[in-house]
Amino acid sequence: MFNKIMGAFALSTALVATQSVADGHQIDLSGKTVEWIIPFSETGGSAKWANFYAPLLSEALPGNPTVVVTFNPGAGSTKGANAFQAMEYEDGTTIFGSSGSTQFPYLLSDPRVRYEYSDWNVVLASGTGGVAYLPTELAGQLGEGSDATPLAGEDFIYGSQGATRLDLVPLLAWEMLGLQVEPVFGIEGRGDGRLMFERGEANIDYQTSSSYLSGVTPLVEAGTAAPWFAFGALDDEGNVVRDPTFPDMPSFKEVCDATPACETSGPQWDAWKAFFTAGFPAQKMVFLPAGAPQAAIDTYTAAFEAVKARDDFAEISAARLGVYPQMTGAAAQTALASGTDVAPEAKDFVINWLSERYGVVLQ
Amino acid sequence: MEVFATALPALSDAFSMILQPHVIGYLVLGVVMGLCIGVFPGLGGIAGLSLLLPFMFGMEPVTGLALMVGMVAVVPTSDTFASVLMGIPGSSASQATVLDGFPMAKKGLAARALSAAFASSLFGGLVGAAFLTVFILAARPIVLLFQTPELLMITIFGLSMVGILAGRVALKGLVAACLGILVGTIGEGASSGALRMSSYDMPYLVDGLKLVIVGLGIFAIPEIIALLRRDKAISDRAPLGGGWMEGVKDWWANKWLSVRCSLIGVVVGVIPGLGGSVVDWIAYGHTVQTAKDKSQFGSGDVRGVIGPESSNNAKEGGGLVPTLLFGIPGSGSMAIFISAVALLGTGSIEVGPSMLKNNLDFTYAIVWLLALANVVGTIICIAASGGIAKLTEIRFALLAPFLFMIIAFAAFQSRQEIWDLVALFGIGLLGILMRRFDWSRPAFLIGFVLSAPAERYTNQAYQIAASRFRRGFDEGIDYIFSPIVIVLIIITLLSVVIGLRQAKNIQAEGSVAAGTKRAPVIFLLGVTAYIALAYWNSAVIPDFARMDRVFPVFVASVALVGCVLLLIQMMRSDETAPIFADREAEEADDNIYGLWATLAWFAALLLASAVVGFILALAGFLLLFIRIRAGKSWGYAAAYTAAGIAFICAMAWTLNRDFPPGLLQSYIDLPWPLT
Repeated sequence: MFNKIMGAFALSTALVATQSVADGHQIDLSGKTVEWIIPFSETGGSAKWANFYAPLLSEALPGNPTVVVTFNPGAGSTKGANAFQAMEYEDGTTIFGSSGSTQFPYLLSDPRVRYEYSDWNVVLASGTGGVAYLPTELAGQLGEGSDATPLAGEDFIYGSQGATRLDLVPLLAWEMLGLQVEPVFGIEGRGDGRLMFERGEANIDYQTSSSYLSGVTPLVEAGTAAPWFAFGALDDEGNVVRDPTFPDMPSFKEVCDATPACETSGPQWDAWKAFFTAGFPAQKMVFLPAGAPQAAIDTYTAAFEAVKARDDFAEISAARLGVYPQMTGAAAQTALASGTDVAPEAKDFVINWLSERYGVVLQ
Repeated sequence: MEVFATALPALSDAFSMILQPHVIGYLVLGVVMGLCIGVFPGLGGIAGLSLLLPFMFGMEPVTGLALMVGMVAVVPTSDTFASVLMGIPGSSASQATVLDGFPMAKKGLAARALSAAFASSLFGGLVGAAFLTVFILAARPIVLLFQTPELLMITIFGLSMVGILAGRVALKGLVAACLGILVGTIGEGASSGALRMSSYDMPYLVDGLKLVIVGLGIFAIPEIIALLRRDKAISDRAPLGGGWMEGVKDWWANKWLSVRCSLIGVVVGVIPGLGGSVVDWIAYGHTVQTAKDKSQFGSGDVRGVIGPESSNNAKEGGGLVPTLLFGIPGSGSMAIFISAVALLGTGSIEVGPSMLKNNLDFTYAIVWLLALANVVGTIICIAASGGIAKLTEIRFALLAPFLFMIIAFAAFQSRQEIWDLVALFGIGLLGILMRRFDWSRPAFLIGFVLSAPAERYTNQAYQIAASRFRRGFDEGIDYIFSPIVIVLIIITLLSVVIGLRQAKNIQAEGSVAAGTKRAPVIFLLGVTAYIALAYWNSAVIPDFARMDRVFPVFVASVALVGCVLLLIQMMRSDETAPIFADREAEEADDNIYGLWATLAWFAALLLASAVVGFILALAGFLLLFIRIRAGKSWGYAAAYTAAGIAFICAMAWTLNRDFPPGLLQSYIDLPWPLT
């Protein structure tokens, strides 16, 4: 079912497309099996997210098809995304779940990227947030409004998955705040980063919202860790505001404003904001392949809307996904646009920064 | 005392939760499914749990847990079948079992080896559960004591087991281990993403080789080919009497060994980040070191089965500690377990730091389901072992195509590309040559398995230590030389010294006669050439990615020195020296078929898969092999082929997997399973 070259298929695809449009505005999937391709391994955050949605989606789609999550990991998700790019719409039984780690190589013109977001059809965009935290005694040294200046002389260690991954956002944030942070690369997941923090080896860390709630809150209660700031969320005008999941925490913008070394304008800020936007508020998206007819897009959009409209959705999703927008329709389109379109200056800034600071050359 | 006050009510709650008929029923169902999946090499807990995931949503928590725990707990029990009967490491937990289990099967002692293994597994599983019950409330601070330098030292301790398994020529074992490490570094470096022995034009190698492929290639393929060339059954003599009771008695006679190895399993399992890959080697090394008579290890000593099998089930109990306490999966299957638990019921149970506080009763329910699953699984396995052991009496030419089908399917699960099969064939060829020239394959595998953690922890410990030293010399020293590290250094040194002194007596793969000089020298030159290439390839990694350069360059340098010393030894020795061991000379009388003629069958399967896809190629392969090589009638061959294809399709369909496509599939679209 993978890697099919669809030359012979173009015709039948076109036929199916016209047929389903003629049938009305929904495609019927009864008796079919929907394959949800995740370009990561069974063990990551995207797997959790897809496994959460899969049974709900199955109930909501017309004909109640079986929805199976399949995994096609490799090359930091670019392999699975390239494979999806090679597929063309057939009968609506193939969907793809991308993540921030799929978006970043695309934005940074990684040589392995052979996929093009604008060819695909987005039907769901899930946002998330992130929280930076410190050991309690270091958090106690923060200045007025969480001003980072008193920590400028501290020797920070941060467990990182790689400078070109989602960690780019916190790494750039630390730098903007004037911190001396040495990233220790090669950890396998943010959970390992938290463990390194708990062992006292790392002394600065961030977690995505749901991991923060389940993993770090107990440390905060025990008094060994203290939250510093949440990266934030975007309001309708695209400004960075406080994260609704953590209304008591300052946003990165507030902390940056309070820290004299940090600028909330200029190329560095624009670059941070661009990559934050790509990585967090539009982190995970569901796509139909190139050439999907409007009926299929409508069907999936309606299904995800039905999932969101469930009475128990707020309850069951809070623990798994956090309190973040699950966007469909036009909102998902906007999220896709902001997540995959970065100003050339911001891109150049980050590429240049990666090569100067970490020696990463993307070619 | 306060701890007991909270633990005791939770314990009794847990008991009343699991001792319900429908919970036990689901547990047994999980156990049976786990056994069925675990029997096949390469399919373990990950495949099984993925199968269960769709049913977990909204399921009553206790029944869901019973189903999943039942499945996870018995995989390290049932994978013993493949290790003992076929010499195929069923999963990373049963690598060391192959060393003595398979020779026992060849001697007609399969049932005895199996039942000894299952008795040990049961005991280890129970020790693990008992340990968890007591330890889980106090474990958190102890687990946190294991910082990066400690993890590095445990990895090095695991590598030091190479000393015992190095074989008659210790230097060959060392070079084999280094070669394993270098093969393990292939792909993108963990630190800076520099490419080692790979390029973006060949995306397959960028992610490195997977353990499934290397384990199957290095152990299974050479054994299958060797058995095929003899054209007899696996067991070369009639089964001895006694059967499974003998094995249980063997276990009882070595119960203290089993206790010690179970504890090793629990302790190593508790430490996040290492898990299953080392524990059986450490247990095997311990078994050999503490045994008085070492002469039989490698040629069928039952203690070599009892040790690793006691440790690998105990490890599952230990491995639950980081999973439940920190929400950090100790293995791939644990990662799925975590996300599956969140699907149960209303999602109120969340594995991780809050679990002990909010769901202590569920925590204990998991622990005791684990124990119960081990008991049920063992009983089923022991009951089945006598019958399944009869497989070793079937003529191997009839078994081999089926095994190849399973192995190829398992290897293909690694990346779902035709390249998986190419890699399997390549590593298999290396395994065949290593077996022929008596280079330690266990040493190679230990090196491969520990390559990634060794490099990662070395780099991380170096970076963190450097930062500590910047703060102050004392702080740096305290960080590197913690009491745990010092103890581990002492144990490692002792183990290396004792191991090297004894290595000559322990022939992990039996003794091998020497042949001529020419072939062993050519193989050594080939190995040297690869190592030199790996050295050059990593030495040119530019400075900004130096963290990805240091480790392979260091290992390759050590290996090159070893190769040069070996060459010098070879020049000085005469043909009968053990350094020229050549199994072709040893087995010349037994072999009916040539190596290359046998291998050509499988090369043909590979090539045909690349052209017409796996299923079509397999059908042709099975038909022709059974007709021509096994000499059966066309009717028999056709029936065999139909049964084989039906079986593999049923398995792939259940697990929702595809088969490797070939060139044909890129021109014509065929229905599943031919895709």
